[in-house]
Amino acid sequence: MDSVASANRRTLVKLGLASAGMFGFGFALAPLYRTFCRLTGFNELGGAGDGARDVAADRSRSVRLEFDANLRLPGWELRPLQTSVTAHPGEPVQARFLLRNLGPRAAIAQAVPSYAPAGAAPFLTKLECFCFARQALAPGEARELFVTLVVAPGLPAEVPVVTLSYTLFEVEGPAPLGRAS
Amino acid sequence: MVVSAMASRTAPGQFWFLLAAALPGPAAAAWAINLQPPATAVAREIHDLHNLMLVICGVIFAVVAGFMSYALWAHRKSRGRVAASFHENTRLEIAWTVLPFLVLVGMAWPATTALVAMRDTAEPELTIKATGYQWRWGYDYLRGEGEGIRFVSALATPRPQITGQAPKGEHYLLEVDEPLVVPVGRKVRILTTSSDVIHSWWVPAFGVKQDAIPGFVRDAWFRAEREGVYRGNCAELCGKDHGFMPVVVEVVSPERYGAWVAQRLAAARESADRVFTIDELRARGEKVYAANCAACHQADGRGLPPAFPPLDGSAVVTGPRAAQLETVLHGRPGTAMAAFGKQLSDQDIAAVITYTRNAWGNRTGEAVQPAEIRAARGTGG
Amino acid sequence: MEIAHHTGHAPAHGPRGITRWITTTNHKDIGTMYLVFSATMFFVGGMMAMTIRMELFQPGLQLVAPDVFNQLVTMHGLIMVFGAIMPAFVGFANWQIPLMIGAPDMAFARMNNWSFWLLPPAALLLTGSFLAPGGATAAGWTLYAPLSIQQGPGMDLAIFAIHIMGVSSILGAINIITTVLNLRAPGMTLMKMPMFCWTWLITAFLLIAVMPVLAAAVTMLLADRHFGTHFFSAAGGGDPVLFQHIFWFFGHPEVYIMILPAFGIVSQVIPTFARKPLFGYASMVYATAAIAILSFFVWAHHMFTTGLSLGAQLFFMYATILIAVPTGVKVFNWVATLWRGSITFETPMLFALGFLFVFTIGGLTGLICAIVPVDVQLQDTYYVVAHFHYVLVAGSLFALFAGTYYWLPKWTGHRYDERLGQWHFWCSMIFFNVAFFPMHFLGLAGMPRRIPDYALQFADFNVISSLGAFGFGLSQLLLLAAIVKCVRGGEPAAPRAWDGAQGLEWLVPSPAPHHTWEQPPRLP
Repeated sequence: MDSVASANRRTLVKLGLASAGMFGFGFALAPLYRTFCRLTGFNELGGAGDGARDVAADRSRSVRLEFDANLRLPGWELRPLQTSVTAHPGEPVQARFLLRNLGPRAAIAQAVPSYAPAGAAPFLTKLECFCFARQALAPGEARELFVTLVVAPGLPAEVPVVTLSYTLFEVEGPAPLGRAS
Repeated sequence: MVVSAMASRTAPGQFWFLLAAALPGPAAAAWAINLQPPATAVAREIHDLHNLMLVICGVIFAVVAGFMSYALWAHRKSRGRVAASFHENTRLEIAWTVLPFLVLVGMAWPATTALVAMRDTAEPELTIKATGYQWRWGYDYLRGEGEGIRFVSALATPRPQITGQAPKGEHYLLEVDEPLVVPVGRKVRILTTSSDVIHSWWVPAFGVKQDAIPGFVRDAWFRAEREGVYRGNCAELCGKDHGFMPVVVEVVSPERYGAWVAQRLAAARESADRVFTIDELRARGEKVYAANCAACHQADGRGLPPAFPPLDGSAVVTGPRAAQLETVLHGRPGTAMAAFGKQLSDQDIAAVITYTRNAWGNRTGEAVQPAEIRAARGTGG
Repeated sequence: MEIAHHTGHAPAHGPRGITRWITTTNHKDIGTMYLVFSATMFFVGGMMAMTIRMELFQPGLQLVAPDVFNQLVTMHGLIMVFGAIMPAFVGFANWQIPLMIGAPDMAFARMNNWSFWLLPPAALLLTGSFLAPGGATAAGWTLYAPLSIQQGPGMDLAIFAIHIMGVSSILGAINIITTVLNLRAPGMTLMKMPMFCWTWLITAFLLIAVMPVLAAAVTMLLADRHFGTHFFSAAGGGDPVLFQHIFWFFGHPEVYIMILPAFGIVSQVIPTFARKPLFGYASMVYATAAIAILSFFVWAHHMFTTGLSLGAQLFFMYATILIAVPTGVKVFNWVATLWRGSITFETPMLFALGFLFVFTIGGLTGLICAIVPVDVQLQDTYYVVAHFHYVLVAGSLFALFAGTYYWLPKWTGHRYDERLGQWHFWCSMIFFNVAFFPMHFLGLAGMPRRIPDYALQFADFNVISSLGAFGFGLSQLLLLAAIVKCVRGGEPAAPRAWDGAQGLEWLVPSPAPHHTWEQPPRLP
């Protein structure tokens, strides 16, 4: 019977460790997902820079980049100063946005970029972007912001239009999601 | 128009017909048993694909049920059957592993081609952003004819119909105050995003269902082949009034679309400076209130305390206007009160504030003009 | 719990009354407690379903406010999944696995007691959350962020309840694996084990793999709600869709956790009443394992409309379609078991055959949902509601009924009332289909799920569906009557209660004595 009891204990320890490991794995899925998103460019999380890549421009075709903004910060305004720009792959393009705090209090905001179609995301490189940094604005303050992008020549020809849409969140202060009380 | 055409289609099969006759129910009973009639090439492809799958699965079921039923009938103990003792047959087992696999490959093939077509969002003629709000859809015409048009589309079904105090209309729960208007035959690209929780923009007749995710944009497209009104719903649970945020798309001829765009843009320019009478504002405000506020604060202004405070007799609504303007425009962080500054036009906000200040027991007699809202927004002029 | 006092296998010594049940380490007592607990939760969740169907009986808001409706939908799901179906299968495992493999008890008897007694407090937290300010969580049983982040304190109670039930499940799974691996009677090799033990062994591994992942997911939700983290909010570099990925990484294997033991029960019942050994035992084992492994690679088929990349959609579509192969093998094997048998139709067999017919429909609609373009139309509609009720009610629940009637004679020492059982089956079978079959039409025609009110063209099928649901709900009182009657008395059952039954559990007397297999049986 003793040998059964110790075999049971061994099994218990192994299975207990496996459960603990899977609990850890559950949390690890968060950074794994981030890594997956960064590698595939599927979703851009956390506003990190992409770094520049050196490529030759492809003047034989052009891609239309559309710009858009969404606000999750009451009283602020973020809007593109041009709705779209046409660019050749491999050539840097710049787009300008206007950010204004029309609300009654100072706040810090962060823009989170997102691309549609999602499959285009890996082929767009932001050389510079206001979304890399937080924006602190006093009431009434306005600021012109820039993003400089390069479209990789590898972008599939079936994707002639890409939308870059920013969502502006407040990053400090009250929770950005209105919680139902 | 399209939906009502569908609704009047006769019930298939005598069984359903008899049941329909026996059951109480509204005259518009549809007994629809398949997908809605498609209005785009993609939806038609989905429709055909579904029918194909249904036939394949039906055949599989018939074969399995047939063998089983035969065994249950023929191999009963009451017929004096003595059980055989076989319990394996390697060849048979390999066969019914490989054969279904081949059938499945046959199913996956057309599904793959249909899917690739669905995901092709290239060369749109119109780009429209659909933003989910709890519980309305906001539409921004981002690019193409009508660029710059923006409005919010909310349920138009009156509360008494929902609570059973009035007879329900034909398009009960599938009607909005301002439908999305698009031209027929043009490729329309829909970007979805959300301002709060996940919603899903769904028009069954177009074969489009795309989740709207806060902080991210997703895209889908459709090219409507026929003019008409197409109705759908939010398809992702998004809180209390998830069942009350329909999607209505009006597909019109290019000429009518052009006229609609011109009228929309002109109205936006005009209303910016006009001064309205208090009655005009109250009348419009009542509609805005019903669409945007009544779900929480209730039609009678008494709210649902403690989460949704009453407006009837509220100190904010009867006190200085600046405080109310601030609340409506920017919301109340930490409560359920959303910021309507982004969702509603100056005119709508002016109207709804005027309405609440002069409805129920509130009698301030004040009219709030759109220009005042514009000033409060800080856009200056 | 009163019921169990009369079961006649009470211990000859030791504490009596309520103390006996609180302190018991006996696998049969604990199995009974699990079954009574899950039956209670089944009726609680069932009452919620009845309320839902009453509200949906006709268009308009009649009975409950929309937020209460959402709470009912959410809690119906959570209670049925975590309170009714899962504990019921653990109850079966407790009662049957030691009897079937010739073990004196579960490997860790005291831990077994803990894993049961964690459940009642969890159930109280969950059902009690209706009394929290703002009511119970209304975010759906899937608890999608950010809706779940918006919820009131009821959500926190649900999270704690899920944590506790998760721990209970993991402890139970560890116990079952250890018992099966280490306590089999000499001569019973793994490949000689009854199918039920095999399916539970594989299920237990699934539980250990995914319950901790669910615990992690809800812990992250809790942190997002209260500790300012941003796992699921784009504002802080998170992503709401990440929650869905983690949830369904748990959620899809969870579906198989709820169906594999059902396969096991059906695989015991059909050979008994066909009086013929299970066809293709080895391929059944491999198919079960294949389903379990594949279940880890299909989770995103619940997320086809979230905007996955084309490649991901194709991958998850193919992987999901592939699951139909081992599932098909199982169904074909059951049919082959029936073939040229000597079949009789007692209640357990009726439920097993009902399972076979109706579960097959659920499996095939699952295949239709796997086709991405079609799923885009069906996602979050009543078609999906119909599909998973065909799998979980006609699948899991019918198998549980089959198992209950099959082993009741062994548990109570009495034969149940066959007429009551037959009535229970036919009422359940007919009303189930009346309730759920029209939902396919509703979903196809465009009725979203989780809505308290609907457009007029859906009115007629909803009337039928509600009537069927009420009938199904009432039919379950027959089950209650059959069980109570059987516990209180009836024709004494022989040790081998069914003439076609094979297996060690039929070698011990009926009712099974408090202690069995203290000397392991010798197998040929």
